[in-house]
Amino acid sequence: MIRDITIGQYYPAESRIHRLDPRVKIVCTLLFIVSLFIQNSLLGYAIATVYMGTVIRLSKVPFKYIVKGLKPVVILLLFTVVMNLFLTKSGGTLVHFWIFTITEGGLRTSVLMAVRLIYLVVGSSVMTFTTSPNGLTDGMEKLLHPLNRLGVPVHEVAMMMSIALRFIPILLEETDKIMKAQQARGADFESGNIIQRAKSMVPILVPLFVSAFRRANDLAMAMEARCYHGGEGRTKMKPLKYHGRDRAAYLLTVFYVVVVFAAGRFIPFRLWIF
Amino acid sequence: MSITLEHVNYIYSPGTAYEKQALKDVSFYIPQGQFVGIIGHTGSGKSTLIQHLNGLVKATSGSVLYEGKNIYDAGYDMRALRTQVGLVFQYPEYQLFEADVLSDVCFGPKNQGLSPEECEKNAREALELVGFPEKYYQHSPFELSGGQKRRVAIAGVLAMKPKVLILDEPTAGLDPKGRDEILDQVEKLHRETGMTVVLVSHSMEDIARYVERIIVMNRGEKMLDGTPGEVFRHYKELEQVGLAAPQVTYVMHDLKERGFDLSPDATTIEEAADEVMRCMEKRQTRS
Amino acid sequence: MPAEMIHAEKLVYEYDKRDEEGNIIGAERAIDGVDIDIPQGSFVAVLGHNGSGKSTLAKHMNAILTPTGGAVWVDGKDTRDAALLWDIRQTAGMVFQNPDNQIIGTVVEEDVGFGPENLGVPTEEIWQRVEESLKAVGMLERRKDSPNKLSGGQKQRVAIAGVLAMEPKCIVLDEPTAMLDPNGRREVIRAVEKLREKKHVTVILITHYMEEVIDADQVFVMDGGHIVMHGTPREIFSRVDELKAYRMDVPQVTMLAEALRKRGLALEPGILRREELVEALCRLR
Repeated sequence: MIRDITIGQYYPAESRIHRLDPRVKIVCTLLFIVSLFIQNSLLGYAIATVYMGTVIRLSKVPFKYIVKGLKPVVILLLFTVVMNLFLTKSGGTLVHFWIFTITEGGLRTSVLMAVRLIYLVVGSSVMTFTTSPNGLTDGMEKLLHPLNRLGVPVHEVAMMMSIALRFIPILLEETDKIMKAQQARGADFESGNIIQRAKSMVPILVPLFVSAFRRANDLAMAMEARCYHGGEGRTKMKPLKYHGRDRAAYLLTVFYVVVVFAAGRFIPFRLWIF
Repeated sequence: MSITLEHVNYIYSPGTAYEKQALKDVSFYIPQGQFVGIIGHTGSGKSTLIQHLNGLVKATSGSVLYEGKNIYDAGYDMRALRTQVGLVFQYPEYQLFEADVLSDVCFGPKNQGLSPEECEKNAREALELVGFPEKYYQHSPFELSGGQKRRVAIAGVLAMKPKVLILDEPTAGLDPKGRDEILDQVEKLHRETGMTVVLVSHSMEDIARYVERIIVMNRGEKMLDGTPGEVFRHYKELEQVGLAAPQVTYVMHDLKERGFDLSPDATTIEEAADEVMRCMEKRQTRS
Repeated sequence: MPAEMIHAEKLVYEYDKRDEEGNIIGAERAIDGVDIDIPQGSFVAVLGHNGSGKSTLAKHMNAILTPTGGAVWVDGKDTRDAALLWDIRQTAGMVFQNPDNQIIGTVVEEDVGFGPENLGVPTEEIWQRVEESLKAVGMLERRKDSPNKLSGGQKQRVAIAGVLAMEPKCIVLDEPTAMLDPNGRREVIRAVEKLREKKHVTVILITHYMEEVIDADQVFVMDGGHIVMHGTPREIFSRVDELKAYRMDVPQVTMLAEALRKRGLALEPGILRREELVEALCRLR
């Protein structure tokens, strides 16, 4: 069911990772992603796995839960793997049948891309699992604050993101309900060609949009009634402040990136599986 | 047409942290033409239950029989079942999507594969059945009042000419008059077409006034099943599970406790008034 | 300056009526000449069917809408004065109908803190207010939860806490129970009652559930943008036929008493509670 999508959701728990400042988590996630793309050695990925594994362990988010978050990207993943597998032509040919050729280089690239993609999704979902959406937007707002001077409405954008995050589960549930209601009127979403299927989405999308607009309207009124008037003169219930643990996390992550980079760069030990 | 549930169990998201048994060994038989009420608090399983009746949700175990045929049999036409067992969801106006009322009501018949003429004929009949004024047929459904929208949504299901009509909280959010109008219309529909009607409601007063049989759901199980009089006699047990009897039932029980010689089974105002009057007159003739 | 919490004089609210193409074809009056006085600390109920203008009236009580004719004063402040806008909205907090569409925060306590944040309250005080408000509605133990995990009644209690945290003098509840089941309804009404006892705020309850207004000091009934009935609950509920004409209902106990009265029993009109009816019948015996 649609409601089973876990990616981007918050998993409440008391853990060291949960307690970190959201800014730390955002910056470190970015650093982690960078570390995946600046090297391609097996040793580098081994270190990345240890780093990621430790963070997951510390976060107390069940591993099963994280794996479930991969479900929605499976198609993208398969697509990347298949494309790389068949379209990259370098190195010796491994398999050849009909019009398909799989080369050593193709296999390498596809495995590499799959690993990068999986680690990227897992890494960023650990961030969203351990940071409340509000924390996330607060962190973003604070990190992007300098852009304010360039005329970017950082506070407003952050507020919009936070509201979007709150309403995603509600709208997903609503989609489910509308689908069922239309099915009860004999609608069929499963058969037919692409055009027919796209057309069969109209009875779901129109009510969904109508409802989303109604909700947006209501919410805007509720916010105004509670004296919301933009970021000016606003105080914070949970102001962001760096603690010792946050500085430690920064240091460790920077150290990790340096090690991974060095492993890929200075130990010319291209340990391929083949 | 008759619906039979045999030992139906339903488990949500089995094997995950959210696993929850929503229905536990539910069995009952609804004969053709009955007006049945289902009550239970939020989370009692009543919404899941009604979605079993038209095959939108498939039981984890047990079977659902429509006209004696098991709907889980291979090759059973589920879409045909859904047109036979019409289900009107809570806040059904949220499913409206067409540019005008008539086209929206035509959606069901169109899915049945009827010709445009037949679709329109059935749609017009359905709108008439719910008492929707003809002058608004070409209006956008989004511009109507809450009560009218709901009529259109109910007509959207009736246009498929179902033999069973299931309504989940059809009066939620309506004002008292709007509520009475919708329920009276359903009552009339039941009386005139002989359709089987299943009404899910939170309002004991409404249930008592319209239905001939009540099924009480609690924590996924069928707790009570009988006529309103029979069911509300258990008002103390109902309270324990977060439900209640109609207010008049309480008055009648209070009166009996205070020594009135009356039967406390009344569940509607009329019944209660008759019973109280009978009791008062009996006293006067005796003294 | 009037001393009442809410004071409206000849209040009119008109909006443009448009045809299918969006051209203005006239004006619709949602409120048509309403005078209302709500004293400090009282509990007032406004009844009316859907479309009677009761919600439009409610939205004038914290300047979400401003009058197109006449005027409204909230705690002596004229809602037409744009400079007083935020002051008025802090004085009169508002709880809306749809529990989902008024919770902004993704964690209960963060939502309750939203109002004080907007008012620029210092951080430590926000925490105090959040705790106190959640306690007042009995939701303190759910403070770390996501609002999506709460029942409708609980969500509404959080919404009330969110308003309380702004320390208003008056709370306007615009059909807070219309989308709830009977248990949720009871929860919310009980929370409101407790609030009145402990915090002595003025409460204005807009509803179409008659059972909820039995304890009100005054009841107003609206129809077609006018106030058509006004009095104590007992006075209002003794006029059953009139209420029915305004698409309203009375509690079942009142209906039963009325039915018995019509059959010749000498009962007082306007019986509201079950015990009252039972006592009255016992006396008649």
